[in-house]
Amino acid sequence: MSASSSAKSGINFGRYILYTLLALFCIYYLLPLYVMVVNSLKPLSEITSGGMMSLPQELTFAPWQNAWSKAQVGVEATGLRPYFINSIQMVVPAVALSTLLGALNGYVLTKWQFRGSTILFGLLLFGCFIPFQIVLIPMARMLGLMGLAGSVPGLIFVHLVYGIGFSTLYFRNYYAAFPTELVRAAQIDGAGFFTIFWRILLPSSGPIAVVCIIWQFTNIWNDFLFGASFSDFDSQPMTVALNNLVQSSTGVKEYNVHFAGAIMAALPTLLVYIVAGRYFVRGLMAGSVKG
Amino acid sequence: MSHAATESRPALLDRLREALPKIVLSPTVAIVAVFVYGFIAFTVYLSFTNSRILPSFDLVGWKNYELLFKIRAWDIAVSNLLVFGVLYIVICCALGLLLAILLDQRIRAEGFIRTIYLYPMALSFIVTGIAWKWFLDPGIGLEAVVQGWGFESFKFGWIKDRDMAIYTIVIAAVWQTSGFVMAMFLAGLRGIDSEMLKAAQIDGASTFALYRRIVIPQLRPAFMSAFVVLAHMAIKSYDLVIALTGGGPGTATEVPATFMYSYTFTRNQMGIGAASAVIMLMTIAAIIVPYLWSELREKKQ
Repeated sequence: MSASSSAKSGINFGRYILYTLLALFCIYYLLPLYVMVVNSLKPLSEITSGGMMSLPQELTFAPWQNAWSKAQVGVEATGLRPYFINSIQMVVPAVALSTLLGALNGYVLTKWQFRGSTILFGLLLFGCFIPFQIVLIPMARMLGLMGLAGSVPGLIFVHLVYGIGFSTLYFRNYYAAFPTELVRAAQIDGAGFFTIFWRILLPSSGPIAVVCIIWQFTNIWNDFLFGASFSDFDSQPMTVALNNLVQSSTGVKEYNVHFAGAIMAALPTLLVYIVAGRYFVRGLMAGSVKG
Repeated sequence: MSHAATESRPALLDRLREALPKIVLSPTVAIVAVFVYGFIAFTVYLSFTNSRILPSFDLVGWKNYELLFKIRAWDIAVSNLLVFGVLYIVICCALGLLLAILLDQRIRAEGFIRTIYLYPMALSFIVTGIAWKWFLDPGIGLEAVVQGWGFESFKFGWIKDRDMAIYTIVIAAVWQTSGFVMAMFLAGLRGIDSEMLKAAQIDGASTFALYRRIVIPQLRPAFMSAFVVLAHMAIKSYDLVIALTGGGPGTATEVPATFMYSYTFTRNQMGIGAASAVIMLMTIAAIIVPYLWSELREKKQ
């Protein structure tokens, strides 16, 4: 009797420790987000007087207004708004085009295999992992030659070029599991290359399209290296503008404005993660477990 | 005459139809050929030239590589990458494994907790860098806060300390990626045959022995994937360093990616910048190529 109750309390004690540990890790992961949110809502004086961890004593939305439309980012005090718009203008076409091309490539690489298609896929896949430093110099020249230097279309082009690898990877792996007999049967019935793609494969591509779109969106929105290398003052994406805002050495450091700006830059991808977390995780995993 | 014409047109159409898949693939092939492999070749070529502000085509042999290895900043960058890379990979794997095992104990609200552990992965490294930059700033962040709580002698100024700053990058990077490693291990744990575990349990194996002898050895593929992903992220890491420390104080947190950028675009030593990029590529290739090779071959069998 006493033995079994002590064993039971031992189990309970173990569970107690387990949940405590899990809760502590929750605090660890949430802490920076808490710091950002809380400090974006208080006047600067509360932060500089050692109150970074406390809730705002005087709630204010001024840092948000400042970061959005007033803060000095480049030459002019425009706030982050124009750069947020740049990022949207860059992300939407780049994601759409790379996903579409990836779907077509995946279709060809699985259902219309030819000699050397595996090697081709391998070469494509390696392109996903190169350190982009290796292409910065020639890309800068190329964008200049194409007349796209320092522009949003230039950035769209760069992201499209280096986004194709991953979107092809996603669709190839997904279509590989799609029954090839269905494709052959449709072929015998006289359906052509595009009809088969349009009528048979595309309607069942929903899940992988979501994964691919989320992956591309997150990567392109969060990109900094290409944005810093290939944009001008007026075509900077959000990440570059935010970094400029925070690193600028002139004037008082407005930490509360920096935190508000950081949340603005994080919000789109964070929303995607919260709304479609399941697909986000699947995208991450597919990016790591290939083949 | 007319007979021949009607016969050749369908033949042409047929050939076109046969070539259609390859035609659809050709823009991608062209893009990859030019913008990946062509550009790699171009940068490799530049690394053997005396390019300064602009690309030049005068070959100078291995001079840039010789110079590169004599530059102190490159030395610092490489040893920083080693310290950062090793700590980053080891801590992420250890923490990821621990969290995955904890979460695998039939936890209530598992999905909710997983969401919290993984959300940093959705953030930009710039955002992560800014959050940690101010949190670790001794003037306003952790140090000031703890001192304000009455612990006057508390010091935490790593981010301003030449010898310790590189560890702040490890802290922020681990925070961002460890949840992702957790997800990879959790997927691996869920794939383990539960019959085998039950049998071992009946044989009287302790929980610790169970994990050490049966579970963790079976996570090998997950470890491999985690290693490859983390190593490649470590070598590429640029944004986080820029946002968190800007490579400073001084050059204390310089890494190859920041070195390449500053030598190429601000110091106008394009030849040396190209050489450093080539070395980065070789390092990543040494990790990625064997991995891709084995993955693609396994798939074929």
